[in-house]
Amino acid sequence: MRRGLVLLPYAVGIAVALALPRVMYPVLALDILLWGLFAMSVDLLLGYVGLLSFGHAAFWGLGAYAAAIAAKSADIPFALAAILGAGASALLAVPFGYLATRRRGIYFAMVTLAFAQLVFYVANEWRDLTGGENGLHGVPRTFPGLSLGRSADFYYAALPLITLGYFLAYRIVHSPFGHVLVAIRDNEPRAQALGYATWRYKVLAFVLSGGLAGLAGGLFALGNGFASLDLLHWTTSGQAVLITILGGIGTLWGSLLGAVIVLELRDALTSAPEASGVVTGAVFVVIVLAFRRGLWATGRDALRRFAAPPVSARIDISGGEVRHGRS
Amino acid sequence: MEYLALQLFNGLVNGSFYALLSLGLAVIFGVLRVVNFAHGALYMLGAFAAYLLLQDFGVGFWLALILAPIGIGIAGMVLERLLIRRLYGLDPLYNFLLTFGLTLMIQDGVRLRYGLQGQPYPAPAELAGSVSAGLVAYPTYRLFVIAFSLVVCVAVWYVIERTRLGMIVRAATERPELTRALGINVDRWITPVFGFGVALAALGGVLAAPMRNVSPLMGSELIIFAFAVVVIGGMGSIAGAVVAGFLVGVLASLAAVFNPALENVVAFALMAIVLLVRPAGLFGSLEARS
Repeated sequence: MRRGLVLLPYAVGIAVALALPRVMYPVLALDILLWGLFAMSVDLLLGYVGLLSFGHAAFWGLGAYAAAIAAKSADIPFALAAILGAGASALLAVPFGYLATRRRGIYFAMVTLAFAQLVFYVANEWRDLTGGENGLHGVPRTFPGLSLGRSADFYYAALPLITLGYFLAYRIVHSPFGHVLVAIRDNEPRAQALGYATWRYKVLAFVLSGGLAGLAGGLFALGNGFASLDLLHWTTSGQAVLITILGGIGTLWGSLLGAVIVLELRDALTSAPEASGVVTGAVFVVIVLAFRRGLWATGRDALRRFAAPPVSARIDISGGEVRHGRS
Repeated sequence: MEYLALQLFNGLVNGSFYALLSLGLAVIFGVLRVVNFAHGALYMLGAFAAYLLLQDFGVGFWLALILAPIGIGIAGMVLERLLIRRLYGLDPLYNFLLTFGLTLMIQDGVRLRYGLQGQPYPAPAELAGSVSAGLVAYPTYRLFVIAFSLVVCVAVWYVIERTRLGMIVRAATERPELTRALGINVDRWITPVFGFGVALAALGGVLAAPMRNVSPLMGSELIIFAFAVVVIGGMGSIAGAVVAGFLVGVLASLAAVFNPALENVVAFALMAIVLLVRPAGLFGSLEARS
């Protein structure tokens, strides 16, 4: 009985995932799940290591380009192309993570932002491979024994791989490794004093996070049939951070909720892309000023207040170490 | 050889803009501990202010060079009072995110009104043509940009390092509590300092208007370069921002002599090297504020 209750949220989650393409455009449903995974990879660093990456577009975009190039030139099954994308991004995350983790806090955000811009310029210049400003179009998606022409078909074909991505993120957070990450977030000198080589943990977390973002990006390119420079732009990194914070920092599943809202919002504003920037920016400002807890924690507390006395649980970017004034 | 000299000057021009923007970022960060993402968007607003002053009121370049930074600076002070101030007690990342949101709103708001098309802005008649500068003839206006921003950078450095006002600002940067204990009202300087940093960005925008088309996204890539410059120079260091700004500008332009594709990459490669060899930046001290 008790065990059944624990599994209930997962059953509901799977049921919702299976029903999603029937209640909205399958392409939008796929985008929501992929942006959710992308935002989760940002949350893995922000919520559990206390590092805000403002350059995750590099991994999302590289995953997309690598998968698109592999699918176009070698005509391999889409799952293999997506995994290649994840691998390429994880590989890129090794040097970036090694360098960026030398700084913390706001510097880490600026350094990751700058590195992502470097990838953007490289993709822009390397026209033979990336198509430059035109991007890559007509990316095929195949799998032996399946016909994936319709978007809904691809959605269901990609679902196991996406679920695997979520599961990996969940396992990372709830493993001994994940607990060390939280210890680093809360007090890095103490974690070092306990004998952990903290930078190694941070770099590994960065690589895993980059790999997950690459997986999401690769599936995005295959699902939408294109890879373009937009995917590498810093506004894309900002979009992922927005989804993470809207959903709730350090909640993992909150990213999925955030993705639903941001993508529905964007879908409603497709006819006026400029207005979309104004609205997204305004949402950002309002959330940072007045809704830093995010949807997940707010919803969870509302549920608990309904069932039991209020529990206050807050997760801050600073990881409990609130700085006062401008010291 | 002539091409090399030409690129050297181009590098100094680009460096002028990097230096002006990083300088404003450094001043603001020093006193407020805020990394102002909206700096590039405010630079763009400076250029638009100059453009609108000319279109709607017939105000020329020289007056715009004074009026636009004052106007945008005041707008910046309003932003600080209304929004940025609310997040001082929290991790600086929140203000980074807030100003990122503001950037999207400002950029796309302007784009909504004026479109993506760049608007031309004439260079002042006094600075038309070109002068012979050693090996090559170089546009007079661009030489003026280099000289003018150098003067501004040195002036700001002088005020901060050599005057009583600068002493207060530096004291407030390094030991805010102690400065308060000595009876100096630190908080009084916060809003004006933010306004001043923003005005420097707007000044850069006005200077850029006659050289680059006035467009909503003109600051969107520049801000990332300014971040790289600030990391290279050492966060919060005034001299670091200026030196690194010109250094990045010149090295990028010289690298373009060998391969044009390298131009945009140099700043970030340099940043990677600095992080590897001297993580605090060329002029920064890591322990002070890591």
